[in-house]
Amino acid sequence: MASTAETPALAGAPSPRSNRDVVEQNLARRHRNEAIFRFTGLGAILVGIALVGVLFGSILIKGVPAFTQATMTLEVDFDPEIINIPERPVLQASQSVAEYEQALLSWRRRLAFVNWNKVIQASLAKVLPAAADNARDAAGMIASGERIKLRDMVEADPSIVGTTQAVSLVAAANVDVWLKGNIDRTLPQHMQQLSKLQQEWSDELYQRGVISMAFSTALFTNVDSRSSPATAGLLGAIVGSVMMMLIVLVVAVPIGVMAAIYLEEFAPKNRLTDLIEVNINNLAAVPSIVFGLLGAAVFINFLGLPLSAPIVGGLVLSLMTLPTVIIASRASLRAVPPSIRQAALGVGASPMQAMFHHTLPLAVPGMLTGAIIGVAQALGETAPLLLIGMNAFVASVPSTPMEQSSALPVQIYLWQGNELRNFFEARTSAAIIVLLAVMITLNALAIFLRNRFERRW
Amino acid sequence: MKLNTIASVAALAAAGALMATNASAQSRDTIQIAGSSTVLPFASVVAEEFGNTFPEYKTPVVGSGGSSGGLRQFCQGVGENTIDIANASRPIRAKEITACAEAGVNTIIEVRVGYDGIVFASDASTGHFELTPAQIFEAIAAKVPQDGELVDNPYTNWNEIDGSLPDQEITLVIPGTNHGTREVFEEKVVLPGCESFDEIEALGDAAEETCLSFRQDGRVIEVAGDYTETLGRLDAQPNAVGVFGLSFYDQNRDRLQVATIDGIEPSLETIASGEYPVSRPLFFYVKGEHMGVIPGLEDYAMYFVSDQVSGAGSQLEAMGLIPLSDDERAAQMEKIQAKTPVTAD
Repeated sequence: MASTAETPALAGAPSPRSNRDVVEQNLARRHRNEAIFRFTGLGAILVGIALVGVLFGSILIKGVPAFTQATMTLEVDFDPEIINIPERPVLQASQSVAEYEQALLSWRRRLAFVNWNKVIQASLAKVLPAAADNARDAAGMIASGERIKLRDMVEADPSIVGTTQAVSLVAAANVDVWLKGNIDRTLPQHMQQLSKLQQEWSDELYQRGVISMAFSTALFTNVDSRSSPATAGLLGAIVGSVMMMLIVLVVAVPIGVMAAIYLEEFAPKNRLTDLIEVNINNLAAVPSIVFGLLGAAVFINFLGLPLSAPIVGGLVLSLMTLPTVIIASRASLRAVPPSIRQAALGVGASPMQAMFHHTLPLAVPGMLTGAIIGVAQALGETAPLLLIGMNAFVASVPSTPMEQSSALPVQIYLWQGNELRNFFEARTSAAIIVLLAVMITLNALAIFLRNRFERRW
Repeated sequence: MKLNTIASVAALAAAGALMATNASAQSRDTIQIAGSSTVLPFASVVAEEFGNTFPEYKTPVVGSGGSSGGLRQFCQGVGENTIDIANASRPIRAKEITACAEAGVNTIIEVRVGYDGIVFASDASTGHFELTPAQIFEAIAAKVPQDGELVDNPYTNWNEIDGSLPDQEITLVIPGTNHGTREVFEEKVVLPGCESFDEIEALGDAAEETCLSFRQDGRVIEVAGDYTETLGRLDAQPNAVGVFGLSFYDQNRDRLQVATIDGIEPSLETIASGEYPVSRPLFFYVKGEHMGVIPGLEDYAMYFVSDQVSGAGSQLEAMGLIPLSDDERAAQMEKIQAKTPVTAD
C-alpha cells in the first residue's frame, strides 16, 4: 500500500508540526542575530561618537577659556622724563637715503633702550599705590612683552609722549592662571607662583574691574614668545601655514591633475603604466615622516634651501599630497560617463578637445574636493616638518616663504612642551581649536563646492 | 588656449620659486640656533629680547634637538644652510671637534652662559624623598653590591634600600642619551654613588661600566623628549621620581616636590655656592666662520653673556639660570671678541 510505503518516509521526515517548530526556532535565531548585528553596528557608532565627543569636549573645555585673558586697562602716562628721546628724524633734502636710514636706526635703538618697565610700573602705581614700593612684585603683574607694545605705540606716533593714554595691557601669565583658578589656590605659599602680595593685588584689581577677562587678541596678532608667555600668539604660525598651503596648491594640484589626466585618458595601458599606478597607490600609504627625511636630504642638504622655511615645508607637503590629488582626480575622471567622451569624439573633437571641453569640466568638482581634502590633511601634518627644522622657536612673522617660520601644528607641539604648564595647557588647546576651525572650514568648502557643482547621472 | 595659460602660469611660478631660491642662497640674515632643550628656554628669551633691542637685526631662530643633535647639525659644515650656534648642556666632545674639522668648521668658540641644577622631583601628592647618590645608584643599577658581591638588583621599593625613604615602588624617569642632562646625571649622581661602595672599587677598570648599566626591568624609563614628557610620565605613574632641570621644577612647583640630595635642597643659592652637588655649566658654541657673514652673530653672543641679560637680577636668573661670576663673564666676552677656538682636552 501506498500508506505503508510512505510510513518510513513519514517517520524519517519531520512532521508538519515539527517543521514549523524548526522554522520558528530558526526564525527566532535569525531575528536574534539580526538584532545583535544591528546592535553591534549601532554600538560601534556610539563608541565612535562618544570618543570624538570626549576628545572635542576636553579640548573645548580646556581651550575655550584661553580665548579670554586677564587684561588690565591702565591710564599710561607717556612721561617725557622716562621716554627721553629726540624727535623722530625726517628725511632732509641735504641727506642721502642711507644717512636718513642710519639716523632712523639710531633713533629706534634709543627708543628700544627706554626703560619701559618704569612707564608700566608708574601707571600701575596709579591704581595700586602699594605697587610703587614693591617694584619686583609690580613687575610680575603685567606681561613683560607689553613694553614692546608701548614702544611700538611711540614709534608709530611719537607725539603721544607727554600725554596720557588708556591702554589695555595683558596681565602676566601667572596672574591669569591665578584668576582662572588653573592653580590650586589652597596650596601652601611655597608651592605657588605668585607672591602673597601679587595674589591679593590680582583679586583686588579683578574685583574693582581694572583687570577683566577680555578677548585675547594677542592670540591672533602676536608671534610666539618665550620671555612673555601671556602675549604669545599664533600669528607667525598661521602665516607660515598659509604660505605652505599656497605652495601645496600651486605645486601639488597642477602636477597631480595633469598626471591624473594623462594616466587616465592618454597613457597607453602597459606594464610601465601599471607599475606607475601601483606606485602611486603605494606612495599614498607612505608614512609622512619618510617625506620629511626625503625633504631634509633633497631640499636642504642637496638644494641648499634654508632650514625652518615654509618653502621647504610646502614642497615636502606637496610631495605628500600629490598621490592623494592624483588618486582623487583619476577617480573623478573615471566617474564621468564614457558617453560624454564618445559623443564629443563622434562630432569630430580631437581627444584633447574632448578632454578639456567636455570631460574635465564635469570632473572638476571631484578634483577640487580631492585637492582641498589633500590640503586639509597637509595642514595638520607635523612629523615631516619636525625633520626640516620647523620646530624651532621663531618670534617673527615670515614675509617670504624663504624666511624662517613656524606652522600651526608645530606651534601646538611647541606649546605642549612649554614648561609653564598651568598657562600653556589652555593655550595649547586654544591653538588646537584654531587649527580645527581652519580644517573644518576647508572641509566645509570642499563639501560646498561638491554640492554646488556636482552633476549626478 | 586654456592649456597654454595653465602651462605658462606653472612655468612662471616655477621660475619665481627658483629666483627666490637664488636670492636667499646669497644671504641669510637670521641667526639659526639649535641644540639642548635645557638651554632652549634661555636662548629663546635672549633671541626674542635681542630682536626687540636691536632693530637692525632679525630675531634669531632657536631650534631644539638635544645637545648631541645640535652639535651634529653644527658640525655639518660651513654655509647658509647650516646652523650658526649650537646650544649644549655639556662641553663639546673631542670626537665632535674632529667631526667639525672634517666638515670645515675649525673655529668653534665655546661660550659658557651660566649654570643649571638637576633636580629629582616626584608628584606633589606622594612621599617626600631625601636621597643620596648611593641610594639613587642602588635604585637604578642592574647589579648592586650586597654582602661583598654583586647581585642582580633586588629592590622594588624605596624603603628596601633605606628605611628612611618612603614605602613607594621604585620607578625612575631619566633623560635619554640624546640629552646632555643624561651625562651630568651619570657623572654627578650615579658614578659618585656607585664608587662609594667598596665592592665597586675592587672592580678597577670595569667599575664604570658596571655603574652605568641600568636595570632593564621597566623601573627605569628613558625619555627622549623634553621635561614635559617626564612630567607626563609622573602624571601617569604618580609613584615615579623624575629628573628635571631646576627651572622646570620651579615653574611647576604646584605639581612637583623636589628631593634633597645629601640633605641639601636645590635652589639658586645652594647651586651657585656649589653646596648642591648636581649642577653643570651650560654652553653655546658659535661657528667662527659665520661671524661677519651672518649679521648680528657676534652681537648676539655678546648680548647673551652681558650682565643685564644673564647676570644677577636678570630675567634668565628668574627663570632658573645660575649666573656666571664676573671673572667668568669677562673671560667669555674676551673669547668671543678674540674668536678663541675651543681645543680638545
